[in-house]
Amino acid sequence: MSELLTPSQTVGPFLSLGLTWLEGHLVVPPGSPGAIRISGVLTDGAGEPVGDGLVETWQADAEGRFDHPDDPRGATGSGFRGFGRCATDPGGRFEILTIKPGPLGDGQAPHIDVTVLARGLLDRVVTRIYFPDEATANAADPLLASLPQERAATLVAQETGPSELRFDIRLQGDGETVFLAV
Amino acid sequence: MTIPHPAGYRPAPDGNHPPLLSEGYRSTVLRAPSEAPVVLRHRLTEVTGPLLTGDIGPNDHDLTAQHDGEPIGQRIVVFGRVLDSDGRAVPNTLVEVWQANAAGRYAHARDNWPAPLDPNFTGGGRVVTDAQGNYSFTTIKPGAYPWGNHHNAWRPAHIHLSLFGRSFTQRLVTQMYFPDDPLFAQDPIFNSVPDPTARQRLVSTFDLEATRPEWALAYRFDVVLRGREQTPFEEPHE
Repeated sequence: MSELLTPSQTVGPFLSLGLTWLEGHLVVPPGSPGAIRISGVLTDGAGEPVGDGLVETWQADAEGRFDHPDDPRGATGSGFRGFGRCATDPGGRFEILTIKPGPLGDGQAPHIDVTVLARGLLDRVVTRIYFPDEATANAADPLLASLPQERAATLVAQETGPSELRFDIRLQGDGETVFLAV
Repeated sequence: MTIPHPAGYRPAPDGNHPPLLSEGYRSTVLRAPSEAPVVLRHRLTEVTGPLLTGDIGPNDHDLTAQHDGEPIGQRIVVFGRVLDSDGRAVPNTLVEVWQANAAGRYAHARDNWPAPLDPNFTGGGRVVTDAQGNYSFTTIKPGAYPWGNHHNAWRPAHIHLSLFGRSFTQRLVTQMYFPDDPLFAQDPIFNSVPDPTARQRLVSTFDLEATRPEWALAYRFDVVLRGREQTPFEEPHE
């Protein structure tokens, strides 16, 4: 087999012409039972906000299942989209409204996969959001357990209020978020 | 209860994708992470992904038909197949595109270079591949434009494409270029792809056969996403 893959290129500064959806950040409709708001700021190596980026999320449903044929347990057929996308504003802020995913049953703690795209990123960068109320599961998670504690902490969202989580993404430098090769 | 780990997706060969730090492209300097990425074995979240096929408007595939009048510029059809690296079609997958107008200006509040805006061109579109992985959209050829990266820097004409494939691991955002562009040699974004053979895969091919007589020129651009491992990764039980 050959690997003649199409190379990646940056989204550039004008990604909103093609990638912005009015309600892209709504993984679930407002008012859904169990809805949580995850918000944060995307910053660069100088600590400046990245105001022309895009954050995308992908996750299982509350039962830890995917409405996808490649889930070996079968697609749920629920129509749960599992996907969120939010362009950053001039202050680098983004947010999604979603529900907490359930455990997948494979030893991993509940998590959301994240793609970050921006001008100056020639390829996407990938990270994960974990949950602060899952200390036991997080301690046993293969990825988190493989990281030094202060690095692992960059992947765990912080609770800032009822059903409100904060997850900042630092592309470079002090407190740099752990990024993943997938 | 344990569930078997799924077969993952094969990594890209070295040199296929640009390094995140590519000093010729100045914006990478403060945005590329300093730390090496941590390798994440593919599990369920990575081998699944959003299957987005809804909400396609009637003119989303035709960027020349989104306003009252027709945009200025050379009308073109851009088409191709979305495949994985085993040659298998990727059907029913969302392809999103965006581009500058014929003068090289984006219809975006932060694009302030003094080329004319075209009231009949926004420059965004989306299509879903058919059962054989084919996609096609109609647009006008975008213009080149200057940017502030270095003295007398010009971006070659290009169209941005965003693809999902069928898994989180297959997500790809890229740019399609036009054949024989004299601006390639000075463009740090095009040249950020280390492998020159891979770089050429960003260049579409003019296709006379697909040209629509007395209507539009045609450019073919196939997109190849990652293929999947044949067998699940085996690991000892903890």
